[in-house]
Amino acid sequence: MAKAGTWIEPHPHGIYVRPADLWIDPSRPVPRAAVTHGHADHARSGHGAVFATSETLAIMALRYGVDAGASDNAAFAYGDGFERGGARFSFHPAGHVLGSAQILMEYRGERIVVTGDYKRRADPTCARFEVVPCDIFVTEATFGLPVFRHPPTADEIAKLIGAVRAEPERSVLVGAYALGKAQRVIAELRGAGWDAPIYIHGALEKMCQLYAVHGVDLGELRLVSEADKAEMAGQIVLAPPSALNDRWSRRLPDPVTAMASGWMRVRQRARQRMVELPLVISDHADWDELTTTISEVNPKESWITHGSEDGLLRWCELTQRKARALHLVGRDLEEEA
Amino acid sequence: MRRFAALIDRLIYTRSRNSKLALIVDYLRHTPDPDRGWAIAALTESLDFPAVKAGTVRTLLATRVDEELFRLSRHFVGDTAETAALLWPDAPGKKADLSVAEAVDALASATRSDAAAIVASLLDRLDADGRYALLKLALGGMRVGVSARLAKQAFAQAFDVPVDDVEELWYAIPPPYAPLFAWGEGRAERPDLADVAFFRPFMLAHPLEEDSVDLADYAAEWKWDGIRVQIVRGGSETRIYSRGGEEISGAFPELVAAFDQEAVIDGELLVRGEVQGGEAASFNALQQRLGRKTVTKKMLADYPAFVRVYDLLAVDGNDLRSLPWTERRRQLEAFVPRLAASHFDLSQVIDASDFDDLAERRAGARDAAIEGVMLKRRDAPYVAGRRAGLWYKWKRDPLTADCVMMYAQRGNGRRASFYSDYTFGCWSDAGELLPVGKAYSGFTDEELKWLDKFVRDNTLNRFGPVREVEKSLVLEVAFDSIHASKRHKSGLAMRFPRISRIRRDKPAEEADRIASLQAMVT
Repeated sequence: MAKAGTWIEPHPHGIYVRPADLWIDPSRPVPRAAVTHGHADHARSGHGAVFATSETLAIMALRYGVDAGASDNAAFAYGDGFERGGARFSFHPAGHVLGSAQILMEYRGERIVVTGDYKRRADPTCARFEVVPCDIFVTEATFGLPVFRHPPTADEIAKLIGAVRAEPERSVLVGAYALGKAQRVIAELRGAGWDAPIYIHGALEKMCQLYAVHGVDLGELRLVSEADKAEMAGQIVLAPPSALNDRWSRRLPDPVTAMASGWMRVRQRARQRMVELPLVISDHADWDELTTTISEVNPKESWITHGSEDGLLRWCELTQRKARALHLVGRDLEEEA
Repeated sequence: MRRFAALIDRLIYTRSRNSKLALIVDYLRHTPDPDRGWAIAALTESLDFPAVKAGTVRTLLATRVDEELFRLSRHFVGDTAETAALLWPDAPGKKADLSVAEAVDALASATRSDAAAIVASLLDRLDADGRYALLKLALGGMRVGVSARLAKQAFAQAFDVPVDDVEELWYAIPPPYAPLFAWGEGRAERPDLADVAFFRPFMLAHPLEEDSVDLADYAAEWKWDGIRVQIVRGGSETRIYSRGGEEISGAFPELVAAFDQEAVIDGELLVRGEVQGGEAASFNALQQRLGRKTVTKKMLADYPAFVRVYDLLAVDGNDLRSLPWTERRRQLEAFVPRLAASHFDLSQVIDASDFDDLAERRAGARDAAIEGVMLKRRDAPYVAGRRAGLWYKWKRDPLTADCVMMYAQRGNGRRASFYSDYTFGCWSDAGELLPVGKAYSGFTDEELKWLDKFVRDNTLNRFGPVREVEKSLVLEVAFDSIHASKRHKSGLAMRFPRISRIRRDKPAEEADRIASLQAMVT
């Protein structure tokens, strides 16, 4: 076979699929976009038609006021897809956030999978990643360095609950990205038996409601803006990371600042963000998950997108796997990892 | 090692001093000897394993991890010990915990040839947090914000013993401090300190708030703008301690060498203004010598240090601290000639006829190294800490300047949500605003709220944590002195700047000019 994957073009602002005249996760408005998941660095507003899972379309509708039912958009369940210009597209669970999908493309006998963002471990708020065999595997590499090994989620949740119980006169304020991380932390807390009301920043409210509508039970949530300071002592509060050290936090009873992110593995990173209780909880694959996934998918080529491409490229070189780095722009890694 | 690793992890993320203190107290109470002693020594950077270096760890890592992946990871993490701790592969199987003492013994026994093998065998017995703790223990650079002073306070609090006693005993007993813990827990007598160069807690002064004192009761001396030091010679060893009881002998080898009398002195460490023979220079010059573990010949020549001695705590085996100041002073005057005049001189008593005369001399003092006046009660013994009515410091009135706020940055801890650190500037002749200093104190909580709101409402630009503000707010800044500095574009650096008033009434154009600040330079 000649050069692989000649029918798709990686550009800094997205991947263009030529036969279908369609973009995957473009960071600027295009006539037709297939979107892996609802995070803003993958799902932008202003596209003509959006092809995505129904959950992702619902999330985009919530964030951008896009009409998810508009005739130009098309919603798919996992395993389903569509055909356009001779190319077949289908959506498969990526395990990243609610509705997140890998997009499998098949054209003239060649299979390409674009992962978007993904993780391998269990997450009570979304479907688990599925290995989809392919020729070209376009993978993320947010944590593409061997220093990133996320500990078991249960241990981190236990740490959080332990911190609340240790100082019952204080609250623990957890910075968690508004889409995905916040709901996952809440669901994991529920799974660990934390059934007290969980207090949330207003910016998380609508997304939590959307998750509930999609069948993810988050238990009783209360808005910080409607709560007394005193009732939040000994309780868990969630807010987007940007609110952690903002004036907003002054309404909480002497909060312990926590942050749920894969970056918390590195101590100085946590210190820079003035975090007192780092929780290594990530919605991205860690180093072992990335390398295991490439081994399991076992593609002819791996194309590595955003993150620490160099580390993962080096691993491919050491394991004699064909790989190249795509330099996509506009991927906002800091906030949601 | 698990408890120690958990302790340093908590300390890294805890910003409040009291919370750090509580963590160490708890650790000291609930950890057996000798682990707790080694741990506290590690936290205060009192351990050194000469055969184990960062290079040892890098070389070792290369045997387990691809060098390129290590390089990329090190670049991202920014710290060799942490990178190595995260990258070192977990050894298979469940591991029995390694005690801190076992680790210390193994590291101390290491030679250049077997250091790598020893570190490897220790790393194999630990998880990632334990490996981090071990490598920090081995290499130093703990950076958890625990000073010796904090450690001593924690010890005093943990065992309910006077911190003054802990201060004295601390340096006299080497890690892991077993006799100290035995005494703290009431299992043994207070250790005997004959023939040891130990630190005596300093006698400190209150600011003078009375309108005047009677000079018949109080002696007056100049207050020098250097750093307070205690030099101790005992058991044929000389040590220099700073205010907090930290040993700084390494930064001033010439003073250690010159102090050859069996005695303990209290004095001000200063640097000579003109090279050799000159008078004391400003604090600015002294700063060149501070915070160094070793000193180059050039530093010794360019910034020669000397000590202006003002008290004698012990001499020839006799403790003088219970004697009145008058008697200590008599013995001090007799003692100072026994020291090398090149490195030690006597701080003179100000011969003022009465308090008004003293006030006049204080106001007229223009020496760069004079910060004000000290008043010492003539009949007072030398006692640790700050006792009412015995010693007063009477600083020169601060200088002030009207400056314009230029940038603001968020504070730490309790102030993390407030823009509480302000950079301010004055006008150049060309009409440009140049930064002259930075201050984060002097205002009330109410004023801080107002300043924080001003910053948020008047932001022009954001540079990471820093905000540039509209150049419209005048701050009256008080400072103790001002010096020439190459570090700042304005060519000036203030000492102890603080916000004295918010001048909402004053237009920014009427703030002070750089030229008028230059006139205040000492």
